Amino acid sequence: MNNTTPASQTQPLEDESKYAASARNFRQNVARDLANDELRSNFRGAMDYLIDKRQSAFSDQDELETLRRQCQLIKQRCLVKLPLLLEQLEQQLTSNGIKVHWAETITQANEIIASIIESKQGKTVVKGKSMVSEETALNDHLEQRDIECLESDMGEYIVQLAHEHPSHIIMPAIHQNKRQVADLFAKNIEGFEHTTDVDALIQQGRKVLREKFCHADVGVSGVNFAVAQTGTLCLVENEGNGRMCTTVPDLHIAITGIEKVVESLNDVPPLLSLLTRSATGQAISTYFNMISHPRQTGEKDGPKEVHLVLLDNGRSQMYSDPELRQTLQCIRCGACMNHCPVYTRIGGHAYGTVYPGPIGKMVSPHMLGLEATTNLPTASSLCGACGEVCPVKIPIPKILLRLREESVKPVGDIPLIMKGQGSGRKPIEASVWKAWAAVHQSPTLYALSMWAVTRARAILPQKLGPWTQARTAPKVAAQTLHERVKLRNSQKQESGNE
Amino acid sequence: MTLTNSQHQRHYPAPPNQIYLYGTCLADTLFPDSGIDAIEFLERQGIEVIYPQGQTCCGQPAYNSGYTKQARTVAKQQIKQFPLDIPIVVISGSCGGMMRHHYQELLDGEPEISQFCDRIFEFTEFLVNVLKIKLNDNGEPERVALHTSCAARREMGVHLTGRELLGQLEHVELVTHPYESECCGFGGTFSVKHGDISIAMVNDKSQHLAETGVVRYVSADWGCMMNINGALEYQGKSLRGEHIASYLLNRTQTKEQ
Repeated sequence: MNNTTPASQTQPLEDESKYAASARNFRQNVARDLANDELRSNFRGAMDYLIDKRQSAFSDQDELETLRRQCQLIKQRCLVKLPLLLEQLEQQLTSNGIKVHWAETITQANEIIASIIESKQGKTVVKGKSMVSEETALNDHLEQRDIECLESDMGEYIVQLAHEHPSHIIMPAIHQNKRQVADLFAKNIEGFEHTTDVDALIQQGRKVLREKFCHADVGVSGVNFAVAQTGTLCLVENEGNGRMCTTVPDLHIAITGIEKVVESLNDVPPLLSLLTRSATGQAISTYFNMISHPRQTGEKDGPKEVHLVLLDNGRSQMYSDPELRQTLQCIRCGACMNHCPVYTRIGGHAYGTVYPGPIGKMVSPHMLGLEATTNLPTASSLCGACGEVCPVKIPIPKILLRLREESVKPVGDIPLIMKGQGSGRKPIEASVWKAWAAVHQSPTLYALSMWAVTRARAILPQKLGPWTQARTAPKVAAQTLHERVKLRNSQKQESGNE
Repeated sequence: MTLTNSQHQRHYPAPPNQIYLYGTCLADTLFPDSGIDAIEFLERQGIEVIYPQGQTCCGQPAYNSGYTKQARTVAKQQIKQFPLDIPIVVISGSCGGMMRHHYQELLDGEPEISQFCDRIFEFTEFLVNVLKIKLNDNGEPERVALHTSCAARREMGVHLTGRELLGQLEHVELVTHPYESECCGFGGTFSVKHGDISIAMVNDKSQHLAETGVVRYVSADWGCMMNINGALEYQGKSLRGEHIASYLLNRTQTKEQ
């Protein structure tokens, strides 16, 4: 690393700060998107639809609960064995002929992928949907190296045409309605016949993509489950583009996070069943790909070379704390965001991070540091709708609380749990809570301050910051409940004595 | 939405002669009527109600803000105020959830913390599951909506007991508002730290409640009601929320009372 040129030192920083910078703008992003009525109605409509779909897929509550518990245990077991399973996965994949690469940072992951492509003189890439490649901002990186990258998932394709990022991890273009997509296609697709019929729209988009598949040098995909015992990469998708990306080009590069490893093939069916039903309400996805090796002698298709890049990017940090480790149970179904009242209001882009919604609030602080993401864990009413639907029972509100705690800890507190720990601590807020605790742990001080507040009720401020921008100020009672009870008891006693 | 959350399944004791009332800091300062109404209602069921004067706040505001140490100090102080082995009835689902569930983690290792948490009952939960109450409705025919706080719903199962109680009132028609299970946007310090998101949520909630055409809604949580009533008043709407303790007290009042 000592020999790196200044240029390559600044490059990774730019990559890494892209999402950190937009996460820092959370408040501005929220204000912008809350004011966009069309966007809000797009999200509300789409989330209502997804909530209904999920609900009808889980008609049997007992079955759902049993399955959730089973999958929670599967993921917890695989996490306990994670170092071992990763080693086993590497061995098995290698003996199957798939080359494994390890990346600690997103910069390393991008560098690995670009080098593989360049070593094969690759110029064009078709990508299946992969949130981890969004995490590394792979498209930007490849573009800088003159490698063309085309998103082949319809939602991702729309987002790419619009120069945007996915606003949802399962439905990347959910923030756009059909009219907006038609306008986008009209601007970008030659010979587009104007329509707002969803099927006709998609067909025209697909025609463009089909052409690209035939000529791409490289296919890039994500992975939903990486099976350690057999060295199998499982890919869940609905459009067939995942299969095209992983079979047509001669070179297939898969990228995923280290937490996607499971122990055996037996672990896959329950997880898959929960994943598709939680995500889109489907009993099973249209395609389920299992990739175990490159094209073998005698086979007519399939890539000649397959690589897997395993990315850390903050995951080891999540792993090292027993409570935060549960974050890694996530199977990326998106149910938490579909049910989140905050996500429904502000949409996916306001978070500024790759992963929006409750899952984003949990993982982004590890990926980008708590300093850049300090507004995310607090942007929750802790209503618990996310935890209630999480297929692997991640206690999301509890983890958000924990992140709040890490954020306001005194700087330098030991042990260091995470990057940016203590960065959200404001001296004024800390003193307010200290004073609050002093008052509320002393019945005498509490009684005194309540006495003062009730006596001062007429002169208390009527403007209470954001509260009174949409609500009247609450009115302090003339007498506290404590006083009323005391009075009531003494009156009772008097009437009893008479 | 059906809930099969195991947190709701608990063993309920026989109806006691004596209970503690946990009034909550919100009711203490802003809405003391609800506390008095809860006491009167419980006394009318033949139960002696003890209201310890040393109680302050359950600690939830600090706990939810990440100030765990401060929350712990205050929580410990609460426990000291309730020495007798009798139920502690809380007139708020979220404070109840804090004391019943979060105290376990916050005060892990404290002697007899589990026994303390086991004595915590939310007001409607206590009426339905411990007292197995049968209500006599003496009120005029009315349509009402029910708003359940998220903590109450998901930690205490209070949407079920609230519904059950309103269902017992012969002349009351319970109206379900759109997005009934959705959060009102209060969330304690969330409503101040992320004011604009909170406002978007409470504006929707108040609109959904108003759409039902009821003249009043009931709830067992003053946090949500302070939020929703504040928004309704700001919007110039006449709809208001009433604490379920006051509502039940008034409706079951016999004429001569």
